[in-house]
Order: sequence, then structure tokens, then C-alpha cells
Amino acid sequence: MPPFLYLFLGALAIVSALGVVAQRNPIHSLLSLISTLLIIAIFFIAEDAVVVGFLQIIVYAGAIMVLFLFVIWLLNLQAEIGPTGHVVLKVFGSLGAAALATELFLFLGAPHLEVKIFHQPAGYGSLASLANTLFTDYLVSFEVTSVLLLAAVVGSVALARRIPNETGEGSSDPRAAGLIRDAAAATAATSRRAQG
Amino acid sequence: MTVELIAGAIKAILMIFIGLQLAIFLLYFERKGSALIQDRIGSNRASITGLGKRLGLPNLGIINTLIADPVKLFTKEDFIPDGADKFLHTLAPFLALFPVMITFVIIPFGDTISIGGRVFDLQATNLNAGALYLLATLGLGVYGVAIAGWASNNRWSLLGGIRATAQMISYELAMGLAIVSVVMTFGTLNLQEIVRGQGGVWFGFLPRWGIFMQPLAFILLLTAGAAESKRVPFDLPESESELILGYFTEYSGGKQAVFMLTDLAEQALIAMLLTTFFLGGWQVPWLMRDGFHFPGGAFLSVPALAVSLLGIVAFLVKVLALCIFLGLVRWTLPRFRYDQLMKLGWKGLVPLGLFNVMVTAFVIVATGSVQ
Repeated sequence: MPPFLYLFLGALAIVSALGVVAQRNPIHSLLSLISTLLIIAIFFIAEDAVVVGFLQIIVYAGAIMVLFLFVIWLLNLQAEIGPTGHVVLKVFGSLGAAALATELFLFLGAPHLEVKIFHQPAGYGSLASLANTLFTDYLVSFEVTSVLLLAAVVGSVALARRIPNETGEGSSDPRAAGLIRDAAAATAATSRRAQG
Repeated sequence: MTVELIAGAIKAILMIFIGLQLAIFLLYFERKGSALIQDRIGSNRASITGLGKRLGLPNLGIINTLIADPVKLFTKEDFIPDGADKFLHTLAPFLALFPVMITFVIIPFGDTISIGGRVFDLQATNLNAGALYLLATLGLGVYGVAIAGWASNNRWSLLGGIRATAQMISYELAMGLAIVSVVMTFGTLNLQEIVRGQGGVWFGFLPRWGIFMQPLAFILLLTAGAAESKRVPFDLPESESELILGYFTEYSGGKQAVFMLTDLAEQALIAMLLTTFFLGGWQVPWLMRDGFHFPGGAFLSVPALAVSLLGIVAFLVKVLALCIFLGLVRWTLPRFRYDQLMKLGWKGLVPLGLFNVMVTAFVIVATGSVQ
């Protein structure tokens, strides 16, 4: 990746990451988060980790962010109109931010920091090499993770299952009930997709 | 290097141009073709100076559908409703169109062609992880409609947006499974290699197309693709009898046209994907690099340039045929109910897709055709 493109995309990633926390509207924050994830995916792809980059787009930007969107819709989150949060939180938050900034500054200022350029072997980051590593060196952890995810899916389905009488009957507005049903079905669908 | 860059740019623009032309054809077919199917006359009024009528030519409605309507749409007031999120309301149509447009560049539309001693691959970008790129860009198509529904500050729009999002993410899974089984069959994620793998014949006459190896995956991708492009019978997000126009109720003028264009372009994209994965892409039956090898031993020599061009023509013919087929489906089947849609997606297509992947894996292991 040419240096100017690297700097431009890096700056864009930082700006959109700041947008996630700085914006008042949750949907705007979500879109900022999506753009941050997409830019990071571009970095992955530029560094030859093509599969990781595309998986980042498919899983994070494409599936998990849709889940976030549904949660925002379901909870009907509105834009914050004024400052929120307790004073104590703000004090500790600023202290934490200051500590992090100092740490980063000290780390970057260290004289022994040097840039190393690694030349990866051919085929590095391709699906074939990833699959080889996954199904030989890390086979057991890979399979165990899949069982864990399956347990999570079963658990979420068990939690989301409701007694038939309660579904949508409690709401006074039938349209709202329909909306909630649609959104609940879609949320379940998304979470299944995100985990599969 | 420069020549490759320029060639790549030309190929990408060409591919997007083909996609847009197909969308325009689909727009025309939607108006006049539907009239043909339903035994109506269809649009036949607009005419420039009445020249065609004086010459005794039938009015095919081309001026109506391809000039009058778009000009009307693009010169209409671009209205943003009160209380809408102005920025996102404007951004949404382009968020919807962008992923479809960038997916066109991955489709191989021909074999290599040699011009002036240089060999060009007739595919805008030959990515090794092509199928992953495809899934990534298709996954991003959700945001345009979701944001459009939300930013309009209208309940019908929001309902349409929610329906569209739920439908698209549900059918994407079936689509992914269909693509996975094709990828397993050909042992590559590279779309050009998948098309190359469909060259040759079985039993001396049957082309080695994907549809004969993966018939179930073809049906899955066809169904899921029709659902992804949100056309009848899967047009619940914009079912006009329930939701006015769904997620783009509050759009007018050019932005509404962009949404319509997105759906049509997506339909063209689905036709291209089906062609690439299952109908042999640019492969012409019995045509090798040196000429036709007809079943029965007859041989017809064809020059190399003509072989390349025939490949492009074959690709376009197949895509056009599938586009017409999708249009016919649109005007034949009634719309699903929402629960039927979800049942078909989650209880029908996804288990079938998993089954197909499993069978494919068994066959690959049993026949030892894995590399």
C-alpha cells in the first residue's frame, strides 16, 4: 500500500472511530463503527491477509453490525440531547483517557522503537494456508470452539423462546406488536447467522 | 504495468456498463414484457414527432419506459420529509447501489483475449478469494435499505426496512451455502477458475456445467438470489398493498430511481452469478481453444480471436436468458406471506443447503477428487 494511502486510510479510520463515541445518535455511531471495520478490513487485505479481511467484512461489518442495528431498533434508542453520565464517571473517564494518552506517548517516544518489514512467503494469508493451519495445528481448539458456538446458539434459542400466549398480546398497538415480532424474528436470525 | 492498470479500469467500467444496460433492459421488460405476459398492450403512447407511426411501425414503448419515465423521475422534486435524518436519507440510496456495482467487477465475462501480442484476462479483477469478496459485498447491501427505512421517519418505511433486512440476511445464508458447495466442487474460490473448470464434456456430448453437478445448489441460489433482489414473489419489503412502497416510500425523484435501479441491477447480478457458477460462464458448448469439437467427431476450426469473442457473446446470451427467466417468475408467482417467507428460508433452503454441502463433501471424499 502506498504511504499516502496508508496515512489517508489510517486517518479516516481514526476519525470514524472517534465518530462512534462522539456522535449522539446511535445509528450514526453504528455507521461510523461499520466504516471503521471496513477500513481495518482494507488494511488486512493490503497486508496479504485477504481471507481475514473478507471475513472481517462478512462477519463483523455484514452480520454483527446488522444485529446491533436490530438491537437499536428494538430498544428504540433515541439521540441523546444533553450530557449524560454521573460526575464520578466523568472524572474517572478523563483520568483513564489521560493515562492511556500518556502511555501511548511514552511508547511512541521510546528510542528503541524500530520498524521491521516482514516479507511473507508466497501464499501467506490465502485460504489454503489458513485452512492448513486451522485443520492441522489447531484442529482441537477449532473443533472445541465450534461446540462452544453451538452451545451458545442453543442457549440463545432457549432464551428467546417464549410461551405462545405472551407473544405480542401484551402490547396495545397491534402494529407495534407486529413490528416487535418481525424484529425479534430477525434478531434471532441475525444472531444465528453471526454465530454460524 | 500502466497498460494493465488501464485495461483493468476499462474492464471494470465495461462490466458496470453491462450491468446497468441489463438493468435498463429489465426495466423495459418489466413494463412491456409484463404487458405481453398479462395480455395487455402496455406503454405505447409516447413518441417523438410521431415518426414511427407515420412510417407504420408498431410503438414498442421504448420512449415511454427508457426516456420519458427516467426523465420524469430525475426532474421531479427531490423531497426530504419533515423530521427525517437528512444526511442518512440522502446517503441511503447510494449505500444500497454501491455494493451491487462493485460486485460486477468480479464476474469473468470471457476467457483470455490477445490483442497486439498482449494477453488480457477478460475479468476486471481476478481475485483468488473471489467467492469471499462476493459474500462480503452482498452482505453490505443490507445497510442501504435498512438505513433508508430508518432515516425516513415513517412507520411504513421502517417496517419495510426491517422486513428487507430480515429477509436479506436470512436468504444470504442459503446463498452462502449454495456458493460453498460450488466452491467445494471446483476446489477454488476464484471465479475465473470455476468457469474454466466447467470446460469440456461428459459422455461425449454433455457440457461439464455446474448445473449438472450441483442441480440443488442451482435452485437454492436461484431462489435465494430472487429473494436478495427483493422482487416478486419476494417483494415483501415493498409490498404496495401493505406498506405503500416499503423502505423507499418517502423517496422521490432521482433517489427513488436509484433504489429501483439497485433492485434491477441486483437481478442482473444474480443472473451473472448463476451463469458463472452453473451455466459455464463464457463456455460455449463443445468449443475448445482451437474450435468446435462436436459430439460425433465433427470438428470446425475457429480462429483464436473469434473464440474469445464467442465466449463473451455466450456469457451475455446466458445472462440475458436468465434475466428473462427471472422476469417471467416475477410476473407469474404471487407474493409470499411473511411467515411463509421465513419458513421457506430457514426451514427449507438452509437445511437443504447444509444437506447439499454434506453430500458434496461425501462425494468428494468418496471419489477422491480432492486435491
